[in-house]
Amino acid sequence: MSLDTVAYVAPVDLRPQEPAPVSTRGAYGWARAHLFGSIGQVLLTLFGIWVIYVVVPPLLKFFIFDAVWTGTGRDACLPETVGRPVGACWPFIAAKWNQIIYGFYPEAERWRVNTVYFFGAALLLPLMFPKVPYKRLNALAFFGIYPVAAFVLLTGGDLDLRNFVLGWFGLDLGLASAGGLRVGFWLQFLIVTGIAVGIGMLVCPFFGGERRSVAKTILKTFAVIGVVLLVVDIDLGLVPVETRQWGGLLVTLVIAVTGITVSLPFGILLALGRRSELPLVKYASIIFIEFWRGVPLITVLFFATYMLPLFLPGRFTIDGLLRALVGVALFASAYMAEVVRAGLQAIPKGQYEGAMALGLRSGLMMRLVVLPQALKLVIPGIVNNFIGLFKDTTLVLIVSIFDLLGILRAAFTDPSWATPTTLFTGFGFAGIVYFVFCYGMSRYSMALERRLDRNRRH
Amino acid sequence: MSRTLKRILLAAGMFAIGASAAGAATLDDVKARGALNCGVSQGLPGFSNPDDKGNWTGLDVDYCRAIAAAIFNDPTKVKFTPLSAKDRFTALQSGAVDVLSRNTTWTMSRDTTLGLNFSGVTYYDGQGFMVRKSLNLKSVNELNGASICVQSGTTNELNVGDYFRANNLKYELIAFATSDETVKAYDSGRCDALTSDQSQLYALRLKLTNVADHMVLPNVISKEPLGPAVRQGDDQWFDLTKWVYFAMLNAEELGINSKNIDQMAASNSPEIKRLLGSDGKFGESIGVSNDWVVRIVKHVGNYGEMFEKNVGTSSPLGIARGLNNLWNKGGVQYGMPVR
Amino acid sequence: MTDARWSGSAPVRRWSWTDPALRSAVIQITLAIALIWMAWSFFANAQENLARQGIASGFGFMENSAGFGITQTLIPYSESMSYGRVFLVGLLNTLLVAFLGIILATIIGFLMGVARLSNNVVIRALASAYVEVTRNLPPLFQILFWYLAVLSTMPNPRQSWAFGIKPFLDSLASGASAIGLTPLGAWLKGMADAAAAPGVFVSNRGLVVPRPIFEPDANIIFGILVASVIVAFFVARWARKRREATGQQFPTFWAGLAIIVLPALAAGLVLGAPVTIENPELRGFNFVGGIRVIPEFVSLLVALSIYTAGFIAEIVRAGILAVSKGQTEAAHSLGLRSGPTLRLIIIPQAMRVIVPPLTSQYLNLTKNSTLGVAVGYPDLVAVFAGTTLNQTGQAIEIIALTMAVYLTISIVTSTLMGWYNKRVALVER
Repeated sequence: MSLDTVAYVAPVDLRPQEPAPVSTRGAYGWARAHLFGSIGQVLLTLFGIWVIYVVVPPLLKFFIFDAVWTGTGRDACLPETVGRPVGACWPFIAAKWNQIIYGFYPEAERWRVNTVYFFGAALLLPLMFPKVPYKRLNALAFFGIYPVAAFVLLTGGDLDLRNFVLGWFGLDLGLASAGGLRVGFWLQFLIVTGIAVGIGMLVCPFFGGERRSVAKTILKTFAVIGVVLLVVDIDLGLVPVETRQWGGLLVTLVIAVTGITVSLPFGILLALGRRSELPLVKYASIIFIEFWRGVPLITVLFFATYMLPLFLPGRFTIDGLLRALVGVALFASAYMAEVVRAGLQAIPKGQYEGAMALGLRSGLMMRLVVLPQALKLVIPGIVNNFIGLFKDTTLVLIVSIFDLLGILRAAFTDPSWATPTTLFTGFGFAGIVYFVFCYGMSRYSMALERRLDRNRRH
Repeated sequence: MSRTLKRILLAAGMFAIGASAAGAATLDDVKARGALNCGVSQGLPGFSNPDDKGNWTGLDVDYCRAIAAAIFNDPTKVKFTPLSAKDRFTALQSGAVDVLSRNTTWTMSRDTTLGLNFSGVTYYDGQGFMVRKSLNLKSVNELNGASICVQSGTTNELNVGDYFRANNLKYELIAFATSDETVKAYDSGRCDALTSDQSQLYALRLKLTNVADHMVLPNVISKEPLGPAVRQGDDQWFDLTKWVYFAMLNAEELGINSKNIDQMAASNSPEIKRLLGSDGKFGESIGVSNDWVVRIVKHVGNYGEMFEKNVGTSSPLGIARGLNNLWNKGGVQYGMPVR
Repeated sequence: MTDARWSGSAPVRRWSWTDPALRSAVIQITLAIALIWMAWSFFANAQENLARQGIASGFGFMENSAGFGITQTLIPYSESMSYGRVFLVGLLNTLLVAFLGIILATIIGFLMGVARLSNNVVIRALASAYVEVTRNLPPLFQILFWYLAVLSTMPNPRQSWAFGIKPFLDSLASGASAIGLTPLGAWLKGMADAAAAPGVFVSNRGLVVPRPIFEPDANIIFGILVASVIVAFFVARWARKRREATGQQFPTFWAGLAIIVLPALAAGLVLGAPVTIENPELRGFNFVGGIRVIPEFVSLLVALSIYTAGFIAEIVRAGILAVSKGQTEAAHSLGLRSGPTLRLIIIPQAMRVIVPPLTSQYLNLTKNSTLGVAVGYPDLVAVFAGTTLNQTGQAIEIIALTMAVYLTISIVTSTLMGWYNKRVALVER
């Protein structure tokens, strides 16, 4: 029986394969699938194009084509004097530029702010790209040296420290001062160091530590504290600049960056505390975290500005910006704790068990095995947290600190720039600044996330 | 990394507290600090207003400069803290500022339950209303049903309520946290009237887009004695701030001003001699040097000079002396005798 | 550290510095002492500071009369009422803006979330642009933008944009007559004639709309409406039970709609529509009558909804993507069309992923409503933590109370959330 006689088998070879129908391939196919596959699709596409038409050209017209680019006062931006419809009034931004970037920082001292901006960028950028070498050194410079240097540069340093621990208990060694340094203060510092080493050596058996190494660690810690205190205390001849003269982008960045750097260690501690087996530690952490997460940031700022001073002993006065920073740090720590906790939870149990099997104590296990992995996992989360914090810094204008938005809003009331388009120009400019920062960071965090995902799949 | 951070933070925490520990008496604190912390308004032309470079000018500002002049013989040793109406009292109570010179109305509840002491009345004021000229209004009573913008947390807010209720008028009150926001809202037409102390209205008028389109109604619906305030419980400091104010009034009354102060110092009049410190130890009794009034008048001027320079008819505000004239010239400003 | 622990000798339980129980006790006692010391010193300092500054303390002030006016009050309020009343007014204003904001944000967010997954590239791009722009601009920025740049540039009341509802009602009436509902058409026509004057005004004083005024007879209609809703609920339950038992479908939606609407409509026609409409009217400076929505409220509501919707869109998108594609394919192979697939298969599963983050967005919106203080919206923070604090100076009591309110809202929501999560959690079999 030959194949030819079987009715259900094709008598000839298969016909050559035909190309896919024109409606599913090429540009046409793509457009059909994505733009006008059905009547509904067509309507949606038309609607979308209409929306774009309504939104985009007027924006371009306003911000670029009809905009005024040069001028020195409101007359330059009034349609009556210009003789045509007027869009964005960019000279307004130019006139307020210095305030937007520096606030009321004294003109002669602005190089200090510029230096801080420059080194911030120069240290942060290489830190952000995984391929650049010297990560440890770079991180140390950015997280260790830079904040102190920035602090001294921005405030002027020369804090004139009087008391260290002992002084708060009423022991004032009020000795003479030289070069902006008080002898009494440093005597106190040395005494306290001695006491701390003593206590450390006394209690170290509790934690299974060795006396010598504990003493060494404490000494090292105090040496670092000492160096930092020395740097901020010494008179470098910089003119002091009050924080109330700061403003604009400077304040926005100072609050956001301080908030995130301070919240990181506290967040880690809180996250570890929340996972602790000791009920008191656990519940204290939970209450702290949930409290600050449960209330709006404004009430936290109100708390820091109005209530905190009442809680501090005697007549402590805290600078207004520092108060806001305390509020922001409390708030950010609670959120950071939750981010870190997510990272801790993502570490497989095997890692803990492996570390324990190696005989690591719980502290070492956390420090050497769990945290490094967990923190790496949560870097995108930290960046997202930072974006949130960056947006939240605008709230400080409610407790009368002039951040970027606050400066702009104050500028809106300047009658010498009152034009119909001033408001839109200001909002447009601030919107672009916020968008560039936040969008850039969110892209970065997404890229990191993808990279981490890839690495994990190995 | 986190360990290093922790250490830095610890250090930061320590200096924050250590650096700001302060003693008991305000005057000693001020002297030790080398500067007076003065709470002023966030920007009110004529009273306290920073220019583009952050230099403060105004009546309230000059009063603080006078205190600094009396203490340090240097009117620049003042740090100005701009405060919103909302946080001004807490700032004073918490010690963030030593004296609150921020066009604050002297009321009984503030004097008692808020724990303040008012050192005097540097400006007698009353609450008024600003409206658009195009409305053709003659009196506040024609504002029935109007929307009124006010700064929240002020006595103005309460006075409007009282006045409109007493006169059976309807109104809508829109309260904003800062005077900038309030002016902006009025300027944009959100409200028909802007209410505040009259002195402030004249100042705020300068912030409007078209100054000429607006007018201040003649009616005054409240008494607003504005003055500097200090914390209760520090009598020495209270005395000092009180007598700086009286000294400036006495100087004007005796014809002593910043131009003739050097001649006047040589005067034989017993009153002038007592005031300028060549007779008696009045300065020491309030904790400053005996030539304190010379310092004040030389650096800041007498009350009349301060008034004219900042808010008087020759200033952009153009306010007449009125109630704020000396008692012997038809006003109610009365300096207690130095004796 | 090559000590006994490695030598493998039999563990003898004896007193030791490193005994975990002892260590945990020491750590906890130290922490407890530190916490108690901190609390005590805060308390002592506060007492001392308050006494020195002569600030009153306690909640007695809540009964004092407030004396200031508030723009928007949901319950009757006058200046002679107490600070306690102010607290209530502020709280209700907060809840109002949060409630409406949540509804609006959910609607916009779901639309945008679905649009981001659309096949249509234009729509997808637009939705992505929306999400990126709104999420990356600070909420306070958006609130100020809407308030200062958009709403305050509206015309003044005299030149306000007026919209009548007559044309709208007219077209409804002719529509009703055309499809045979003549009595309804006639009734609508009557309403349209009654509302001849323009009723909707937009100005820089806000949005003013007519207010319906119900006559006593209207209560009967409300009663009927409530009864029908209850009946509809039971019908729906019965339909579901029957479907689960027998597999027979029942047009629950349409039947329910008919049960709810028809009796009330009939009653309305019988009773002769006991509703009149009060048109707002410009008298003096402002509109009198009608319902007025103040611009502070509008800007806050719009900004919060738009901002939160950006986040909700992302949550919805992630939720839908989290449902595996196999579910859709399986549903299709069972013969379900794409509508029922989405409704019966995808959404119920996606909700499990969507709801927890959605709740935290709702909480965020509620917390962000405090930003209304920047534009003068009289919410809890503005009238209580702001004005009242300033008039009384009692920072501790007022801020503690304000924080407690928000904390309560948070805790209640997360408790409800935990309960919901347990209910919908995947039961692994």
